[in-house]
Amino acid sequence: MSETILEVQNLTVEFATYGGNVKAVRGVDFHVQQGETLAIVGESGCGKSVTVQSIMGIIPMPPGKITAGSAKLKGKEILGLSAREANKFRGVEIGMIFQDPMTSLNPTMTIGDQIAETLMVHRNVSKAEGRRKAISLLEKTHIPEAEKRAAQYPFEFSGGMLQRAMIAQSLACNPTILIADEPTTALDVTIQAQILELMQELQRTENMSIILITHDLAVVAKMADRVAVMYAGQVIETGTVNDIFYRSAHPYTLGLKVAMPSNQSDRNKRLTPIEGSPPDLFSPPKGCGYFARCPNAMKLCEDHQPPEQIIAKESNHTSRCWLQHPDAPSVDGLHQPEAAHAG
Amino acid sequence: MLVRTENLKKHFQIGRNQTLHALDGITLEIAENEIVGLVGESGSGKSTFGKTLVGLHNRTSGAAYFRDELLPAKFSAADHLHYSKQLQMIFQDPYSSLNPRMTILDVVGEGLQIQGQHSRSQIKEEVADWLNKVGLNSDHMSRYPHEFSGGQRQRIGIARAMIIQPKFVVCDEPISALDVSVQAQVVNLLEELQQSLGLTMLFIAHDLSMVRYVSDRMAVMYLGCLVESGPSDEVFFDPQHPYTQLLIESNPEPDPEHERSRQHIPIRGEISSPVNVSAGCRFADRCPKALDHCKTVTPKVTKISPDRLVACHLFE
Repeated sequence: MSETILEVQNLTVEFATYGGNVKAVRGVDFHVQQGETLAIVGESGCGKSVTVQSIMGIIPMPPGKITAGSAKLKGKEILGLSAREANKFRGVEIGMIFQDPMTSLNPTMTIGDQIAETLMVHRNVSKAEGRRKAISLLEKTHIPEAEKRAAQYPFEFSGGMLQRAMIAQSLACNPTILIADEPTTALDVTIQAQILELMQELQRTENMSIILITHDLAVVAKMADRVAVMYAGQVIETGTVNDIFYRSAHPYTLGLKVAMPSNQSDRNKRLTPIEGSPPDLFSPPKGCGYFARCPNAMKLCEDHQPPEQIIAKESNHTSRCWLQHPDAPSVDGLHQPEAAHAG
Repeated sequence: MLVRTENLKKHFQIGRNQTLHALDGITLEIAENEIVGLVGESGSGKSTFGKTLVGLHNRTSGAAYFRDELLPAKFSAADHLHYSKQLQMIFQDPYSSLNPRMTILDVVGEGLQIQGQHSRSQIKEEVADWLNKVGLNSDHMSRYPHEFSGGQRQRIGIARAMIIQPKFVVCDEPISALDVSVQAQVVNLLEELQQSLGLTMLFIAHDLSMVRYVSDRMAVMYLGCLVESGPSDEVFFDPQHPYTQLLIESNPEPDPEHERSRQHIPIRGEISSPVNVSAGCRFADRCPKALDHCKTVTPKVTKISPDRLVACHLFE
């Protein structure tokens, strides 16, 4: 088994607001191995971005507060570091790209200078050297006429080209992990395909791990080795990409899958939406976060948090659902290796 | 045909000698009770086409008909009043398309109020009725848009368009701002309304799987031109135009085995600028099958089967 690069345990994040404390992330565990892609999937507000932003140390504190948990990068704790300490790994060991490259890059600096700046800060190179390297990084991300492009400003780039430039910048210090927060959500499918293939190519050549945050299951299917499905601030199911798609062990995962049209599906068949909306995280439900929307909810689910149940040991497939308890009834479509006998 | 356009063009003057060719000769027919899906990359002119149909843009040339009646090139205030009873639009962004200072009663009831044939209490009754129909609570009438989630706002946008009981609705990316679980709710609602009211819809979206699922026929746009149209399943599973083929190949599927087994070369380059375009096929610079004359001669629309049209030199 390959080396574990990042290990996150019981990460808990709250935000203080006028309305009270929002419990955005409620005890998240996951780990990332060398060279693999972990996809974190979930709807808006489920805490997927806050999770990685907390790890990067870029949530504003206050109002944000990491109330519990640990994140170890190659065995070294990275939560709660001082800004100075954090800068040693941020942008160096872990690179990050964001959904909207237009607002994440500095509009008053040329693309080349922004990439050079990263190198000047972290690698102590001269400006001229930084610029030279910036051009080779832009070439690595297949930006045509890199030399000319390096001297241009973000507004002169298209969305797809900007995302390439952001990737180039995040690769400047050869990170071990690239965090990509919805990197293609703002892009057309044709450009999305180009960016995703670029990420795959760079992952191979640089031997990086990728944490891909997305709400798009099709992108997950294309990119991920392993998946963590988040709902209401918790990881509710995790496993290999095949576990998640072909042996879904949580009703929410199953619900997401049937809510979207597959290309084989019959057009006369209705889509099955997940009724309702996610719970209010000011006062998260006492029991399972998905209780109110779950078509298979039981009485038990309302007041008791489901523990993490192991579905398959060898692939680390787990689900936080009472239906995985040996005494639970079997549910159509749900993968329940232990529970199927009750009926 | 309920709605029909012939060689519809919309050009925007954007400074001296600069013309943006947003629509460059769109000929499309939409039959009664039909849902036509319109797909294409951003900048291909999908929204401009929808807006031109309902009179939110003035067309530059060509013709647009509603029930064989020629729609005015420029809608006057009286035209808007007249045609808005028949033609309505649902917008993409439920956050910016609802006036934040109006209550839901005013937002949804505004159309009826402008038509001026209903009393205040009748409007209130209708609004309550429609809020229920789109799955909202009629008690929500006195609330403001910011009190609702994205999915709920999109329902409000739908109620606002439907309360007029139009014949034809342009849905401009009605679900792309919504989460997956909520998308299905809104799509099902649109389908229910389409069936119960006998609506005709132009469904604009960039999510190919969703368009294939929702629409009876699919039309593909590229840089202001229609490159292919036909029954949804045929276009989706057997695309003929090189652009449609590449577009559908780029569309990932929520199936890991399928994604791993696919050998796919992403489409090269990006959509070029629609400013001052010259003759020739618009897709020629990205097309893997381009011939010499593609760059200079505009391809004709060819009928390759009774209801399939392709605009490509390979089929002429």
